[in-house]
Amino acid sequence: MSEMDDMDEGSGIIKKFMFLNRKAPHGTVYALEGLEVVLITAAFDQDVSMVFTDDGVYQLIKGVDTKGIEVKDFSKTYRALDGYDIEKLYVDQKSMDARGLTEEDLIVDVTVLSVDEMANLMAEQDVVISF
Amino acid sequence: MQFGILINEGPYTHQASDSAFLFARAAIEKGHKVQRVFFYHDGVYNATRLATPPQDDRNVAARWEKLAADHGVDLVVCVAAAQRRGITDGVLGDNFRISGLGQLVEMGIQYDRLVTFGD
Repeated sequence: MSEMDDMDEGSGIIKKFMFLNRKAPHGTVYALEGLEVVLITAAFDQDVSMVFTDDGVYQLIKGVDTKGIEVKDFSKTYRALDGYDIEKLYVDQKSMDARGLTEEDLIVDVTVLSVDEMANLMAEQDVVISF
Repeated sequence: MQFGILINEGPYTHQASDSAFLFARAAIEKGHKVQRVFFYHDGVYNATRLATPPQDDRNVAARWEKLAADHGVDLVVCVAAAQRRGITDGVLGDNFRISGLGQLVEMGIQYDRLVTFGD
């Protein structure tokens, strides 16, 4: 069965979906399976934003090598997001600072937001899904 | 109000499925409609009929089955997450069905609220 089988084509409704990524890319499956939902949501032509906060900022870090833990390296998918028209990528300033990270450390272009800016962006959304 | 519920954790280890069930029951009692519950990540383990918890404990899967039977709640298990974890049609409890992630996105688009239960 394909993920696309049950797509409800033509409902015409476009909502603002925010995906809040809070977990490190490895250690748990949330980041990988969360990414699958993001791609399907984009396939439904919805208005998608992705936020990376807490350890979630590590999902975008350069130089990931998963050979040692023998799991799939899906970091390339983040670089392919613009191909799915997912261009609204935000990271939380405080989470970056706490981990000694800057935009230079990340594999994609992002907008860095303060806590207040993040709160405003969140308030604008129709649906917020947290992984 | 029409609700969709997303459950991201398995039963017993984590309270998410219990909290979601109590929320769903309370919402229905208040006259709201719980249209669909979507099971994702380890949440797919809530759907197995093979679990046999002790008699003096709640039966998580059976509780969902009954809620679905009584109130027409659509219980959907993510196919990709289920296949990873060995949850197939053969082990599904009554009133659960396996389908794609589109069913989750659809909840966000069509219902008034999508409520997530998980870590």
